[in-house]
Amino acid sequence: MLMRVKQDLTMAEAARTPGGARVDLLAVAEMVAPGAKVLDVGCGDGELLRLLAEGRGVDGRGIELSREGVNECVAKGLAVIQGDADTDLADYPDDAFDYVILSQTLQATRQPRVVLEHMLRIGRHGIVSFPNFGHWKIRLQILLGGHMPRTDNLPYAWWDSPNIHFCTIKDFRELCLVVGAKMEKSVALDAWGRALRFNAPWWTWNLLGEQGVFLLSRRS
Amino acid sequence: MVEADFSVAFDPADRAREADHPHSQVVRFGMDKPLRLDAGIDLAPFQIAYQTYGTLNAERSNAILICHALTGDQHVANVHPVTHKQGWWETMVGPGRPIDTERYFVICPNVVGACMGTTGPASTNPKTGSPWGLDFPVITVRDMVRAQAMLLDHLGIASLFSIAGGSMGGMQVLQWAASYPRRVFSALPIATSTRHSAQNIAFHEVGRQAVMADPEWRHGRYFAEGTNPRRGLAVARMGAHITYLSDAALHRKFGRRFQDRDNPTFSFDADFQVESYLRHQGISFVERFDANSYLYLTRAMDYFDLAADCDGVLANAFKDTPTRFCVISFTSDWLFPTPESRAIVHALNAGGARVSFAEIVTDKGHDAFLLDEPELFAIVRGFLEGAAKARGLVPARS
Repeated sequence: MLMRVKQDLTMAEAARTPGGARVDLLAVAEMVAPGAKVLDVGCGDGELLRLLAEGRGVDGRGIELSREGVNECVAKGLAVIQGDADTDLADYPDDAFDYVILSQTLQATRQPRVVLEHMLRIGRHGIVSFPNFGHWKIRLQILLGGHMPRTDNLPYAWWDSPNIHFCTIKDFRELCLVVGAKMEKSVALDAWGRALRFNAPWWTWNLLGEQGVFLLSRRS
Repeated sequence: MVEADFSVAFDPADRAREADHPHSQVVRFGMDKPLRLDAGIDLAPFQIAYQTYGTLNAERSNAILICHALTGDQHVANVHPVTHKQGWWETMVGPGRPIDTERYFVICPNVVGACMGTTGPASTNPKTGSPWGLDFPVITVRDMVRAQAMLLDHLGIASLFSIAGGSMGGMQVLQWAASYPRRVFSALPIATSTRHSAQNIAFHEVGRQAVMADPEWRHGRYFAEGTNPRRGLAVARMGAHITYLSDAALHRKFGRRFQDRDNPTFSFDADFQVESYLRHQGISFVERFDANSYLYLTRAMDYFDLAADCDGVLANAFKDTPTRFCVISFTSDWLFPTPESRAIVHALNAGGARVSFAEIVTDKGHDAFLLDEPELFAIVRGFLEGAAKARGLVPARS
């Protein structure tokens, strides 16, 4: 399922750099310190892991739900296992990784709160990226169209979507408070993958950001 | 004919000769270098028969050890000296294959207790001058691995680039990683488990009882008495062979089709193709395998329980392991089903290991690891490629 999200995101003309890398993945990668030990939960076809290994010398591991995604990753030489974010994170020991990443994964989990808590337990840092359901285009589609929104990044009909827990950037900030996560860095990307101005107020992020990328840590 | 004809077309002396004087390289360990067995016995003298493919590089860093399964042997990628068939893993091992012999130095030893040239119950007991038979000590997977480590010492290979094997071969891979973590850079345990399940022990017991129920077995002294428990061994093989396949594969291959006839004969003849096929499997196995070896090797698998050696905690077997793992299972394997591989992965994760895990969709059952499975080949190739990069091995000339 996650694999589908990611492939569709790829095919849906997700914003890319001239080098061909997806901008949202680069935003995630920029938050990772070089040489770190990283777990990418829902790693899809392994593009982020490859970016991290080649660009930042990261010791990366991945979990992926779809068998095709896993086998593709392993054939690329990536350390990826088949598994489910909702059930398998419980098996990882505390502080096993420097970073645990949920790149376009959280909204497809059954229990986002539990997954987020495990992320903060397993990793010293967490990085979460997700599509912002508070984006103006989405709000307009519901307000004026009266139906569930579909965009380039979210091309599914409601009955066919792997994304079962949408949230807005505002909602996500509230969840971070609930689970005791500190936001160390935040980036909102517009429809073209450009980062919004850092000093813009939160409500503009929630309105103009098509995706949010957040670096989290445990609140001590 | 009602009873299957298990009479053999070959000269049994051929196979008996292989036990002592195989068509392979042999290293002999004298009385001064005994193999310390888990049973508390020193086995000496003893010998290991092995095949090699490719060339060991100057740094001695490109060696891959292949561990064979229960009924396999060291003839991975060459014509078998007894059956004259292709090697059992020729699709995987060879020039340009996933385990590329133009790049890696591949070693495959016959395991201790087997019958193709490494010391086992069919070998001559130096004390008596006749085959060991049941006087041979019961061996374990750990004993097999200990013997292989002695072989590598002899060959001057301090550390393996990789080690690969399916089924009982996979058990050896896991035991290697647990016993000698610093000697294993990467490991490919395929269609295997860290412990033999009760169901699998049960299947093995049926096979052993079939051998022992054959009046020609003579308490394992069939060599001395000039008999051959071929019926018992063939029946054991027939039963086991079913467990290597799957319901879907059998149905696809044979269905309910008749063998060379249009109607049932209303007898116990092999009316169905699947019966004829199983009888053929039985007979061809007897040609190349020793009945006592079958008892010893199935026993070794039954005793295998990696966690038991670590206070019951599997993760302790791999604590802080430097080895990179690639665990592979098959969807239709009901002998070593995917949850067993998942248990390995959980233990490795808990130990902080670098592990990949792939489940391959196939209806070919446990035997899929021996068959033409393009996805398996791609995964093994990719995993070794990544490991070779990490080890600093230069790519093959293209």
